[in-house]
Amino acid sequence: MCGIVGLFLKDEALKPQLGDLLADMLITMTDRGPDSAGIAVYSDADGAVSKITIQSDRPDEDFSEIEIALIEAAGGAASLSRNDTHAVITAPSDKMPLVEAHLAASHPALRVMSRGDVIEIYKEVGLPEQVVDRFGIRSMHGTHGIGHTRMATESAVTTMGAHPFSTATDECLVHNGSLSNHNSLRRRLVREGMKFETENDTEVGAAYMTHRMQNGANLGEALEDCLSALDGFYTFVVGTKRGFGVLRDPIACKPAVLAETDRYVAFGSEYRALVNLPGILDARVWEPEPATVYFWEH
Amino acid sequence: MPTLDMAACSLRELNATLQQQTAGTNDAEWEVLNPRGSHAVAVGLDGPLTVSVRGSTGYYCAGMNKEATILIEGSAGPGVAENMMSGKVVIDGDASQYAGATGRGGTLVVKGNASSRCGISMKGIDIIVHGNVGHMSAFMAQSGNLVVCGDAGDALGDSLYEARLFVKGAVKSLGADCIEKEMRPEHLELLAELLERGEVKDARPEDFRRFGSARQLYNFNIDNIDAY
Repeated sequence: MCGIVGLFLKDEALKPQLGDLLADMLITMTDRGPDSAGIAVYSDADGAVSKITIQSDRPDEDFSEIEIALIEAAGGAASLSRNDTHAVITAPSDKMPLVEAHLAASHPALRVMSRGDVIEIYKEVGLPEQVVDRFGIRSMHGTHGIGHTRMATESAVTTMGAHPFSTATDECLVHNGSLSNHNSLRRRLVREGMKFETENDTEVGAAYMTHRMQNGANLGEALEDCLSALDGFYTFVVGTKRGFGVLRDPIACKPAVLAETDRYVAFGSEYRALVNLPGILDARVWEPEPATVYFWEH
Repeated sequence: MPTLDMAACSLRELNATLQQQTAGTNDAEWEVLNPRGSHAVAVGLDGPLTVSVRGSTGYYCAGMNKEATILIEGSAGPGVAENMMSGKVVIDGDASQYAGATGRGGTLVVKGNASSRCGISMKGIDIIVHGNVGHMSAFMAQSGNLVVCGDAGDALGDSLYEARLFVKGAVKSLGADCIEKEMRPEHLELLAELLERGEVKDARPEDFRRFGSARQLYNFNIDNIDAY
């Protein structure tokens, strides 16, 4: 199965509630996937600052060391904000390559959850409620966000196997389903220079979209291209810096419900996930059509 | 009218209570509050009661229904009225995939649209959809009637047996062994009754086209026609 939720805000007044609303939506989907859960939160851009979200199995040691080393690497311009097993490093965009080089050299076991100007991804093995609580998702603000609770089929139950998958700055993808041509497509993308961190099928879908967007496609075009490139079952929800997209395969057996009001666009694997949203009873609620691209941008 | 509030009672309590209302019950009218997309609401009913569900439901609402009338004042998730034996289910909004699947009898009315696989493997149920149906509707449908007042998606009636399909709007494509057939007087008469039962007010039987099996894919034997 797997459960997906997504929320794309149109009304700025809802930004302080983004984490809280998404947390409720995701917890409602718990029985669609008990293995692991994750959430991507997009916040407002802050000028010339970028961030990278990292994860460690020994956060106490790693994050303390990194905090000290960051002062040397970026001359105090970078900062690290710890959050359980994850930490967000914030640095001026031009200093970020230095920070990344340092991390790769001194802490090769660290896992990078996301990179970008606005995205932060938090994901771990466990139930949505545990993941929401350990990272304090409810207090997070933002413009849009995507959550996933996983029932693994295609690869191991690990932190890196959890969704969302991020394969480029400020991009992420979550998936309900299974891709059947991911191995051949992964080989093709590797030849094109894409890098992979897992054996997971969804990472290939994410990397494929990244590859398309790096070659000039916009979000809608990249989603459209998935229809011919990907074989298998998928309901995707995709986030970019300013965008939010939904795509279902032509068979469309993986469920999906969209709701739209003048305040937000919301996605749920089931209607249950949407029932606590403000004004849902007056929202336009519909099942997205098979093989049809839906996307919204700020 | 007795009320079951799903904010206060469990799904098991709700279904057990409704399932106890069999023939001769004193409480023939029930309402269900706060379904909020819950799964398996009002399943396995076995008596002539009417249940009004005030809101949208999740997976498998009204499954295995016998005799009861279930009115959903919202939209229904996947598998609504699956394997219905008799009775009537009316959905004010839309129905998700495989509405009315495998139904053996009774009437399913969808006042909005039904999505993919509506009436898959239907075995005697009558399904009337006021709007459109999605792809692969009436896949392997064996008997009963599917009436679509809007459009039908790809592969309508694929691998069809002896169910009758009536479509007023466009058909995107027909599935294997499904063909258009002549609308004879007995079909117009049947369709008039189905439209009335389905609460369709703005369509006439003459507006529809009929589709059925070409009988090339399965071992059709005219001697067995009465069995359908």
